[in-house]
Amino acid sequence: MLVAIVLFGLLALVAGALLAYAAIRLPPSTNTLVEQVDELLPQTQCAQCGFPGCRPYARAVVEDGVAINPCPPGGERTVQKLAELLGRDVLPLATPTIDLRQVAIIDEARCIGCLHCRNACPVDAIVGAQSLMHTVIADECTGCELCIAPCPVDCIDLEAVA
Amino acid sequence: MSAPTYDLGTLHGGLRLDGNKTAATSSPLARMPVPAQLVLPLHQHVGDPAQPIVGIGERVLKGQLIADTRASLGAPIHASSSGKVVAIEPWPIARRYGDPAPCIVIETDGRDESIQRAESRPDYRSLTREHLTSLILEGGIVGLGGAVFPTAQKIMQANTTELEMLILNGVECEPYISCDDMLMREHAASVVSGAQILLHALGIELCYIAVESDKPEALAALGEALGEADDERLALKQVPTIYPSGAEDQLVQLVTNREVPTGGLPTDVGCIVQNVGTAAAVHDWIERHEPLVSRITTVTGPGVASPVNVEVRLGTTVGDVVDFAGGYTDKARQLVIGGPMTGKSMSTDRVPVVKATNCVLVLSEPVSAGPELPCIRCGECAAVCPIQLLPQQLHWHTRADNEQSLRDYGLLDCIECGCCDLVCPSHIPLTAAFRMAKGRIRELEDEKARADRARRRFEARKARLEREKTERAAELERQKTTARAAGPDAIAEIMRRQKKKDDD
Repeated sequence: MLVAIVLFGLLALVAGALLAYAAIRLPPSTNTLVEQVDELLPQTQCAQCGFPGCRPYARAVVEDGVAINPCPPGGERTVQKLAELLGRDVLPLATPTIDLRQVAIIDEARCIGCLHCRNACPVDAIVGAQSLMHTVIADECTGCELCIAPCPVDCIDLEAVA
Repeated sequence: MSAPTYDLGTLHGGLRLDGNKTAATSSPLARMPVPAQLVLPLHQHVGDPAQPIVGIGERVLKGQLIADTRASLGAPIHASSSGKVVAIEPWPIARRYGDPAPCIVIETDGRDESIQRAESRPDYRSLTREHLTSLILEGGIVGLGGAVFPTAQKIMQANTTELEMLILNGVECEPYISCDDMLMREHAASVVSGAQILLHALGIELCYIAVESDKPEALAALGEALGEADDERLALKQVPTIYPSGAEDQLVQLVTNREVPTGGLPTDVGCIVQNVGTAAAVHDWIERHEPLVSRITTVTGPGVASPVNVEVRLGTTVGDVVDFAGGYTDKARQLVIGGPMTGKSMSTDRVPVVKATNCVLVLSEPVSAGPELPCIRCGECAAVCPIQLLPQQLHWHTRADNEQSLRDYGLLDCIECGCCDLVCPSHIPLTAAFRMAKGRIRELEDEKARADRARRRFEARKARLEREKTERAAELERQKTTARAAGPDAIAEIMRRQKKKDDD
């Protein structure tokens, strides 16, 4: 009886020591976790979460414990997946949205070629040159809305994609 | 007719269904006169839609090219009769999720004048395989079994693999449909000749013509035609009558006892499958110079007055075809394009007959058999599934919208044959749910691909901005160094000059 207690006590000590050593010496693999979180994000780079792009937000979620629900383009599905991955509670979306893919479209008649939208686009989906008409590469547009505010003549609209 | 034989493979599950084919096969093949109006959709095949090359008001002749494809995947479209193009506009067509799609509308003049072809072609045996394949492409020929994959592209794809045999699919396993049966009875020689042409295009020496055992007349007619052709590369193979033995992968398994791998094609196991109708169309185009402008369609069901198989010009509206078969009966309730298992229910009979239309079925009452009840896990669906999937498990995972489990359980291999629906004692519409789930998975895949591309572009942009910043800093640094090297006097001199210029 006593032997058994001592034996298992020792065993537990050894195992505990090993685990403690591992926890201290081996750094937690935050990097891969950031990548995993980044994988789940919609990559619109819209900054609606308050971070300049999806990856910075992913890093903030992992390293600073930022909430998992401020991503409107990702929708509830993304919140669910993040909760699953990070072992957190599922939260309702911070700003409710409709789940629709949108792309920006430039009214070519009104565009003055100011380059503001082109410089704002996080994925280089707008092409154009100074004083010449700009246009959106629809296939590459993520619908992030970042080009709308900078436009001085208000010629950019969002259009739902079927 | 002494090609080597393989033992017939076995098909898992499947069902023996009531054929309901005799109503249409008891009357001979009819030929429908050219209707007053033809509606030819630009997208009658897998791949990209064809582009119209005729204008409104233009007179076209039968067999004239009216829409061509410059894309890598597609098939050209020919006018089915002579007449005038009156419109190119959206028109309802038979597609599963379909808004009206662009169609060329031709008002026929009743003269049915054919376009004058250049002098006759050389014998196909003297052509190279590539030349013959491109000729087949020009004929607008697509798979007539229902999948409408462009035949030439299928041949090109197959020619990049180790190919062993061609299997002609004369297994028309779905109830009611009998157009291939009728074709084999009446045009067996065309089928055999088409098979020979296809063998030449494929550069192989073995072809099985697979026909179901419930078609003795077709078997006899083909046997006779094969005897006349006296070609030892061709052999007739009788397969058992089990639904869905006519599905491509299932037929390969039956004929060769080889299983097509998941996500693969029959070419992965050395086979290429073509419908018998496709072979006949190839014969008509290569030997008789007639492009694909008509096809045999079964008009049948309890809602049709006199069911019949009819050779109809592509573009004829379904309403006209039903009128030709005596019109609707009082029992007509539901219009289906295709068979009762895999067909598409239509809300209008204005849709035209296209290359894919093998059957116009008018049913008396909706197919649904009763209210949906909870799954009792009886396992009947798993017993009949020809792919050996577990529909009851898939059912749970579709309800949970669990994409990963659906993939793990092989949803993407589902051929949507409908066997599980039919045997389910709880009347759960499994196939419809699976079809939806497959669409959803494809959608998520697209989303993922888009996200990956956006991520790459975002990172490339970030790298570019970073690079520009360092380049600007370096340039500034360089200018500063130059200025410092020149000394304060030189700078003062430059400033003075600038000021003078400004004053002027």
